[in-house]
Amino acid sequence: MAVLTELIWTLTKIIAIVVPVILSVAYLTYAERRVIGAIQSRNGPNRVGPMGLLQPFADVFKLLFKEVILPANANRFLFLVAPLLSLMPALAAWAVIPFSEGLVLSDINAGLLYVLAMTSLGVYGVIIAGWAANSKYSMLGAMRSAAQIVSYEIAMGFALVGVLMAAGTLNMSGIVQAQAGGLFHWFWLPLLPLFVVYWISGVAETNRAPFDVAEGESEIVAGFHVEYSGVAFAVFFLAEYANMILISGLAVIMFLGGWYSPFHGMPLLGPLFDWVPGIVWFVLKIFLFLYLYLAFRATFPRYRYDQIMRLGWKVLIPVTVVWLVVVALLILAGLPPWFN
Amino acid sequence: MVENYLPILLFVIVGLGMGAVLLAAGFILGPSRPNDEKLSPYECGFEAFEDSRMKFDVRYYLVAILFIIFDLEIAFLFPWAIVLDEIGLFGFASMAVFIAILLIGFLYEWKKGALEWE
Repeated sequence: MAVLTELIWTLTKIIAIVVPVILSVAYLTYAERRVIGAIQSRNGPNRVGPMGLLQPFADVFKLLFKEVILPANANRFLFLVAPLLSLMPALAAWAVIPFSEGLVLSDINAGLLYVLAMTSLGVYGVIIAGWAANSKYSMLGAMRSAAQIVSYEIAMGFALVGVLMAAGTLNMSGIVQAQAGGLFHWFWLPLLPLFVVYWISGVAETNRAPFDVAEGESEIVAGFHVEYSGVAFAVFFLAEYANMILISGLAVIMFLGGWYSPFHGMPLLGPLFDWVPGIVWFVLKIFLFLYLYLAFRATFPRYRYDQIMRLGWKVLIPVTVVWLVVVALLILAGLPPWFN
Repeated sequence: MVENYLPILLFVIVGLGMGAVLLAAGFILGPSRPNDEKLSPYECGFEAFEDSRMKFDVRYYLVAILFIIFDLEIAFLFPWAIVLDEIGLFGFASMAVFIAILLIGFLYEWKKGALEWE
């Protein structure tokens, strides 16, 4: 009996995480169109519901009522499993994300390792989708996407090693707690090059502009999911946007002090904002990064594929390796307030 | 500590279930009127010339191999990074040697042109 209540309680908590994530995805698509619209001096969607606020639901229901095409030569089982494989890691990684002090579903020791493992799993969804569809465009798009994701994962992994050195733990809450004490105690300052590398890799990992060659709609149709239609396509879409939010959340946890207020521990300003719950800061900081995603898409031209690979291997990896050595020396020297 | 992974297993199942429910809903709610033309692979309106499981560029293979090597390097760096405070200068020096050896390999690839995409 106790086991059963425990199980139901855990499931409730999972639902309490998944539903807001899905709703955020829905409104991220809306925000994307509105923000890019505003940047290009036009209105985004503003007809469905007040200010277009029902637009995401209209989109979802439209996609639900569309036909899911199973191409004749496709491997049917893999074709249908691929979207699940890309959605699952994007959602399951949220299990270890601390939203506030102690507000985490599962406070495991190897938190960061788990998140990395989950984000790596996403690449299976891409490559299986491209292969199973049995279409040349899918196949080429999948190869490109997979090679790109895998390349930027290296740079991202190196950047995370820097965070680990600074925090001295893999536990997500522990990483945030190591940054206690206001804006200038967060890791973005001592790890600035790694922060920049992490963010660029994050944008490339999620296949977003300016690194979206794999699905460059004006060049090669839609990359690995050309053959997907209706709700199967919607699941890929959901996974991509959930991944964007996840990458933003990780950036906040590792470099921008997670749930801590930027004025924490400062005279005057600190006590003034003490009443704000940690989760509010966490969400506000995530908004900052999500806005950056949208602004990048609206302002940067697309990279060429060879430029993407050159940036990943020849710029970001050397930068991180050099900065890892610098951070290691700073830690051995015991530079306050970050390392002591 | 292990019991902390039970919610994660549940979360994975919920994640898969969520996708499965969505797909099932799509199949139930959406129409299903397949025909030969609709089910043929998309190739900008032309008939497909050949099977799509064709030869691919060896550079993708190279990138995959490099990824495996560097991912292993990261796997070695993780435990080192966490205990850096305790192992001090000696631990730092040993890892410096390890990274130096890998960097020589990396430079070799760079000079060989394994990282070129033109």
